[in-house]
Amino acid sequence: MLKRLLSNDLPRSPWLAWMLAAVLLGLAFAPFLFPGVKALSVAAKILVFIVLVASFDLLLGYTGIVSFAHTMFFGIGAYGVAMSSNHWGATWASLSVGVMLALLLTLVLALLIGLFSLRVRAIFFAMITLAVAAAFQTLASQLSEWTGGEDGLSFKLPALLLSSTEFSDTPFWGVNLDGRLLCYYLLFAAALIQFLMLLRIVNSPFGRVLQAIRENEFRAEAIGYRVVVYRTLSSVLSALFACMAGVMLAIWLRYNGPDTSLSFEIMMDVLLIVVIGGMGTVYGSAIGAVLFLWAQSYLQDLLRLASEAASAWPLLAALLSPDRWLLWLGLLFVLSVYYFPTGIVGRLRAKAIV
Amino acid sequence: MIHLKTNLDLKPLLLVPVLALLALPLVGSFDTWLTLSVAGLAMGMIIFIMASGLTLVFGLMDVLNFGHGVFIALGAFVATSVLSGMVDWTQSQELWRNLVAVGAAMMVAMIAAAVIGLAFERFIVRPVYGQHLKQILITMGGMIIGEEIIKVIWGPLQIALPLPEAMRGSLLWGDASLEKYRLMAVVVGLIVFALQAWTLSQTKVGLLIRAGVQDREMVEALGYKIRRLFVGVFVVGSGLAGLGGVMWGLYQQNVVPQIGAQVNVLIFIVIIMGGLGSTGGALIGALLVGLMANYTGFLLPKLALFSNIALMAAILLWRPQGVYPVANR
Repeated sequence: MLKRLLSNDLPRSPWLAWMLAAVLLGLAFAPFLFPGVKALSVAAKILVFIVLVASFDLLLGYTGIVSFAHTMFFGIGAYGVAMSSNHWGATWASLSVGVMLALLLTLVLALLIGLFSLRVRAIFFAMITLAVAAAFQTLASQLSEWTGGEDGLSFKLPALLLSSTEFSDTPFWGVNLDGRLLCYYLLFAAALIQFLMLLRIVNSPFGRVLQAIRENEFRAEAIGYRVVVYRTLSSVLSALFACMAGVMLAIWLRYNGPDTSLSFEIMMDVLLIVVIGGMGTVYGSAIGAVLFLWAQSYLQDLLRLASEAASAWPLLAALLSPDRWLLWLGLLFVLSVYYFPTGIVGRLRAKAIV
Repeated sequence: MIHLKTNLDLKPLLLVPVLALLALPLVGSFDTWLTLSVAGLAMGMIIFIMASGLTLVFGLMDVLNFGHGVFIALGAFVATSVLSGMVDWTQSQELWRNLVAVGAAMMVAMIAAAVIGLAFERFIVRPVYGQHLKQILITMGGMIIGEEIIKVIWGPLQIALPLPEAMRGSLLWGDASLEKYRLMAVVVGLIVFALQAWTLSQTKVGLLIRAGVQDREMVEALGYKIRRLFVGVFVVGSGLAGLGGVMWGLYQQNVVPQIGAQVNVLIFIVIIMGGLGSTGGALIGALLVGLMANYTGFLLPKLALFSNIALMAAILLWRPQGVYPVANR
């Protein structure tokens, strides 16, 4: 049963299995284990990022191509929900229409980009996605009548998902049973299902072909697999999952703007999580997302303290300022790619074999 | 490469005037069109200066440098420091004093970018030769680190980079106003292109570079150290990116730390259109992008960047490898 659910791709390392179980249980009971609004937000963000990163890993880790437009699809999902709820009111119908339109736009865009850039050579893909994502970001902040520009859009959700809806007067284990809790579990279920779907995809024959292409494109083509078709399919699938992750983010935040879903910083986060967790392992995204998002808030506070302590030396203080968070992230990223290319999951699995 | 001499392929060359003529009826007035065209050509020449190094680096060693934008941003920021330190020269009404100031800024920027380029090649690019995936990731990481360091040194905010006195204003030709600086940028761009074309077609080093782009192994088999050649091209390419950064900053009259990432996008479009590894193609691509950006900036300002992507898509439909495909790749 478990084996089937995990698509025969077991953790293959006792430590990894324990960590995954801890992540699963922690997220499943997060509202009860970690009370408080902020902790629940972090847990929800982790759910969103697990899907986002796992879908990116389908491209980077399994197919071996780099896309810089992943946040664009993430943003399309988030904007789809935000714009439809804003225009047609806070109903379930407008929410689902928004999701559908976002998925459709994602499908068309990903297909177009894939066919244009993967047809000739895979390295075009990285450059073209970068260009398209930059253009999309500019467009999203300029079309302010629809997207709210730089300010973004706040919108309302159906009443069932709001904290004003109480299902029971008495708190259960100290937690109010309200719409916000339902919203969290909706996200949890969505993330779990998508995670298992991605696991299924990468362990299917289709996923094996993708890995063959990653290892040796020429041989895969020689065996008789149309490399372009497989790569394009992989990029479309990955984009659709990213779009769903965007939908989840927007539903949780009830807000969307360029900085929350489109910014390059998020792309950087995703890249770093994939590398730290382990490229080419869906489990890596779960472990990486938990570690990274937990460390993000913690390390930024640490940087602030260090910066204040170093205020006597202006240059050092400037280097340690929390505004330069991206500098340290970049350094960490480069060093991980050099010295830690298989990531946590890769290391653990290698250790388990020995 | 210098296909112009060996086998003259005129069709791509015609794209530039064709695009310009197509835009004429859309823009409407001839004078506006002339102003826009000169601006477009100036922008195109600046982009070419920045893109030529990148395309050669790819052609020679199959290295795709996503961090090229760092050198552009570095050049522009160095220029702000140099020019603000030479206020007496930039405020002077005499053109030659202005030229000395701008020339000094260009020299310092080029040297700074070249030195950083040398370090970038050694520490960022060299460890990941032959691995495209890691190259893309690592050079992207290098780009982000570079941008953040620039923010630490020069601050995260926009810095004004005003043109020196005598270079401001414009010449009137009929009713069309042609900004002096843009005309100057076209001239500088042409000089750089001529020097580059001469080096590539007339010197021994140029011969080796062209041969290396065509077939790296063959050149190595003949006993030349292509690695050393590559480092040289990388450093010169970085220096040219620094020069382009100064010119781009003066063109925009201000500099932001994100300038590198912004221009990087344009440069990628240019070298894909031109055919990776081809400098001649990069020139045509750059001119097309410059013209397109100015025409659509006038006609449909919100779609400026998308118009360039559409242009690239159209060209890839016509020639999937870019206008001048480089053999063997």
